[in-house]
Amino acid sequence: MGPRQQLDTKVRDRTTHARGVGTSPPRPDAPLKVLGRFAYASDLHIDGMLWGATVRSPHPRARILGVDIGQALAIRGVATVLTAEDVPGHRFYGIKVADQPVLAAHEVRYVGEPVAIVAADHPETARRAVEAVTVEYEVQAPLTDPESSLAGDGDPIDPGGNVARHVRIRHGDVAAARSRAEIVIEAEYRSGVQDPAFLGPEAGLAVPDGSGGIDLYVAAQWIHDDRRQVAAALGLDPGMVRLTLSGVGGAFGGREDLSVHIHACMLALRMGRPVKMSYNREESFVGHVHRHPSRIRVELGARRDGTLVYSKVRLLLDGGAYTSTSQIVIANASYFAAGAYAVDHVEIDGYAVYTNNPPRGAMRGFGAVQACYAIESAMDRLAGELDMDAVELRIRNAIQAGDLLPTGQVIDGPAPTRELLDHLRSLPLPPKRPAAGEDLRRLPGGVGNTTHGEAVVRGVGYALGMKAIGFSGGVDDISTARVSVSVAGGRPVAEVYSAASECGQGIVAVQAQIVRTELGIDSVTVRPADTDIGDAGSSAASRQTWMTGGAVEGACHGVRERILERAARRLGCSPRDLALTPHGVTVPGKGEALVGLADILGHDTIEHTFVYHHRPTEPIDDVRGQGNAHIAFAYAAHRAVVDVDTELGLVRVVELATAQDVGRAMNPQAVEGQIEGGSAQGLGLALLEEVQVEDGFVKNASFTDYLVPTILDMPPMNVRLFEFPHPDSPYGLNGVGEPPTLSSTPAIVNALRNATGLDLPRVPVRPTDLIASLKSDGSPC
Amino acid sequence: MDYLRPRTWQDAVALKTENPAAVPINGGTDLMVEIKFAGRRPACLLDLSHLQVLKGWRKSNGTVELGAGVTYTDVLEHLGGDLPALAIASRTVGSPQIRNRGTIAGNLATASPAGDAHPPLLATGATVRVESMRGVRDVPVGRFFTGPKQNVLEPDELIRAVLVPAARGPQQFSKVGTRNAMVIAVVSFALAFDIPSRHVGTGIGSAAPTPIEAADATAYLEQELDRGGYWEEHRDLPAGTVDGFAERVAAAARPINDVRGPAGYRVHALRVMARRTLRWAWSALETDGTHAH
Repeated sequence: MGPRQQLDTKVRDRTTHARGVGTSPPRPDAPLKVLGRFAYASDLHIDGMLWGATVRSPHPRARILGVDIGQALAIRGVATVLTAEDVPGHRFYGIKVADQPVLAAHEVRYVGEPVAIVAADHPETARRAVEAVTVEYEVQAPLTDPESSLAGDGDPIDPGGNVARHVRIRHGDVAAARSRAEIVIEAEYRSGVQDPAFLGPEAGLAVPDGSGGIDLYVAAQWIHDDRRQVAAALGLDPGMVRLTLSGVGGAFGGREDLSVHIHACMLALRMGRPVKMSYNREESFVGHVHRHPSRIRVELGARRDGTLVYSKVRLLLDGGAYTSTSQIVIANASYFAAGAYAVDHVEIDGYAVYTNNPPRGAMRGFGAVQACYAIESAMDRLAGELDMDAVELRIRNAIQAGDLLPTGQVIDGPAPTRELLDHLRSLPLPPKRPAAGEDLRRLPGGVGNTTHGEAVVRGVGYALGMKAIGFSGGVDDISTARVSVSVAGGRPVAEVYSAASECGQGIVAVQAQIVRTELGIDSVTVRPADTDIGDAGSSAASRQTWMTGGAVEGACHGVRERILERAARRLGCSPRDLALTPHGVTVPGKGEALVGLADILGHDTIEHTFVYHHRPTEPIDDVRGQGNAHIAFAYAAHRAVVDVDTELGLVRVVELATAQDVGRAMNPQAVEGQIEGGSAQGLGLALLEEVQVEDGFVKNASFTDYLVPTILDMPPMNVRLFEFPHPDSPYGLNGVGEPPTLSSTPAIVNALRNATGLDLPRVPVRPTDLIASLKSDGSPC
Repeated sequence: MDYLRPRTWQDAVALKTENPAAVPINGGTDLMVEIKFAGRRPACLLDLSHLQVLKGWRKSNGTVELGAGVTYTDVLEHLGGDLPALAIASRTVGSPQIRNRGTIAGNLATASPAGDAHPPLLATGATVRVESMRGVRDVPVGRFFTGPKQNVLEPDELIRAVLVPAARGPQQFSKVGTRNAMVIAVVSFALAFDIPSRHVGTGIGSAAPTPIEAADATAYLEQELDRGGYWEEHRDLPAGTVDGFAERVAAAARPINDVRGPAGYRVHALRVMARRTLRWAWSALETDGTHAH
């Protein structure tokens, strides 16, 4: 069994620095962002730059018969128009599989696919040039239904067939277990297309260096992998392509794939001038990937006492037109399709298929969101069939350290599933709604003034979520950081240098906190992230604080060693007899410094670069899906309390309470921010957020009609951080960004089910779904 | 794109005659979105946002005259007593920033079927005062809208003011959006009682090509109130009367299916909102005798 003691406050007492690990120092970007002064990628500017724009396919599926750029080139102010044949290097790119054309040459597979790019002296001129490019298409019937795609209907979209990946997991013997089950439930759950809905649109500025190379300033999640793909498409040595992270206005997985990158560089290199590209909001909706819509069939068998006997799950994710990360999203969805429960007999088949819908890829939770929604819905259904308390059912089956995952891996870190649920269950419920005089903002419909309490019923729902942290499946994931220490104005100062992408999660602040804790130096500067230093990996998979935190910690240890060696030489003793404190080098246990840092360093800079690796993993096998694929797991649980207007189908979430194992809260305020934000995104998926795609066309590509929760939709949150130190991570921390997105959605939908007695098999839940007398198309039942 | 910035209202009217294609801009909360997002490119903008003369309101002879520059925030903060339905509707508009800039007159000019101000203006029998070099004319709101995003304004005309009768009875407004704030109406409904004239007014938004009144419903309700002597004595309304009114409101709708919701839901929701707003308004009358006479 893993460690069980809860260190909650004790851990924080260990902090040696007032602004070190475990504290919440003000973030350097926060005041700028609040005041509207933070420079996002869309604010990039350099004198003499041109503006790039993209010609996109208006069809979900068509052959390209010809592209006429003559009229566009004739417009005054238009510098160049480029098509597929102008791509200097590889004509296809992709984060995992290079199957997406830089510019479509012979066919388009989705509405919005880039076909040509233009550069002009003004964004308005560029816009007109885009309209002036004539593309002749032979329109074909699109394949937009994932079931039809899986069934092999029509011409395959991808030459290799329409199945991007089939993940097969076999654990125990489901066929035999079926006969032992006393109760069996079967249900299908569907989820819609969620957009990352980051506020900062895709943007970047490419600047030619005059000797054939290029500098690209861009909002991204992983600049090194971006560089790999950009260099390949440009036909350049990676050393000729330098990426610098620009201000990122949110990412949530939507910036794992390239957007403006290659296009801006192609235009800039062709013209020998800087080129800026910045999508508008409508373009942004097809300029990045969305969360995969899912259809998940769950069959659960249990004994009357609630013990799960077997679990059989079939998942179908619509991956859209190109591969992106579909193959690992479906793997991640499949790994956790049986939920955070110990089940001896499990059969999971996960499919990701191609369609002519816009590409789907990474989004916070990465497949585990859809899986969690389905299994947690099924668990409430099972509790109903058993006439058993839904939390009791979960606790009875909750996975524990020492249990096996369906992939055969032993859970070896903390797995405090029962603690999370027990805590939530013990919290008092929010007070009842007053009979009259309630503030409209606390009622379903809000300021719309749709109810004063009429037809409002309350419900409570729970959900438990689990996912792997970090890269899984045999990837040797690394992060690199350099820490240097010198003296400025008589005081020691430190600088941290890494390529870790700050997407708003707070990695900049955390890097400085680690240096303060490790070296006791107050003044820490975190350099802008670029590709001149080694890879830091992606701000994805809830891995960045773990991986880059580990790299910074390692670099600090290297620096400390060198400082102590110097001091030891000067003092004529062994470095092992010395310690580094905020005041200088001391003998351990004695307060007074023997020699100050400024003295030791003089005019020198001491630096150390460290490359952090996580523990090795392995891929799962193709036959039974077995393997030790994961480095760690994170768990979160939510309790939602909702009020539903059963006549109008409107909802007010009254309270969201959550408990999450964070290992160690490196920056408690940032951790709480992640949890509140992730929970809000989960609320959005439960109630509001859906990219409506009809026959391959996005119908609501704006924030007017793609609705994300506002402050009047998000309830007050009750957040409880559990700090069970993780054995393998720096400071015992665990990844925190994704887990809240998992359990928030099903907790809310379970609360809606509890309030209304309806099945609610689909998210987002629409008003018509909540009105017993209406069908989903609005017609009477 | 040309940009005209008149010094005075008179100049603005003259410029509109000289440049009939000029698109007026005040708060810009509709127009700027169309320019930035929908790629609309007006040949010429006529900026009215700085004209102080449009920003005021005054009440005379029981009518509140709202200058064309009066914002939702103005109505919400200062006019809730005289224009309660319009104030409730103003509160549902966008975000505080949108409410600070967006104007009632701009809502009329855009003439979206979903405009939040329209149902209360219809229910209260408001009038739009329009002006050109040819003179001034007053158009009842009920005759102002001619189609989706279309109105009776001639190319040389500008909205000068909106005249709204001050409330002489309870009023209500209700708007369904999928989100609890900052949302375009899926469907909306306004109800206004004018007690002295024994008149009921209604307005429906987002359920027809233009904002509409539910004339059958108001006629029915007035008749029921007359027949039962309810104007004299504010007793509980019979459920049948409330349902009869709600059915007729729902029957007035001619909604479409779109990304914001199916037509059937809009009709269903209208029925519920009509029932609820009628009960709320009537109970205000029961508990508050000030509107009785």
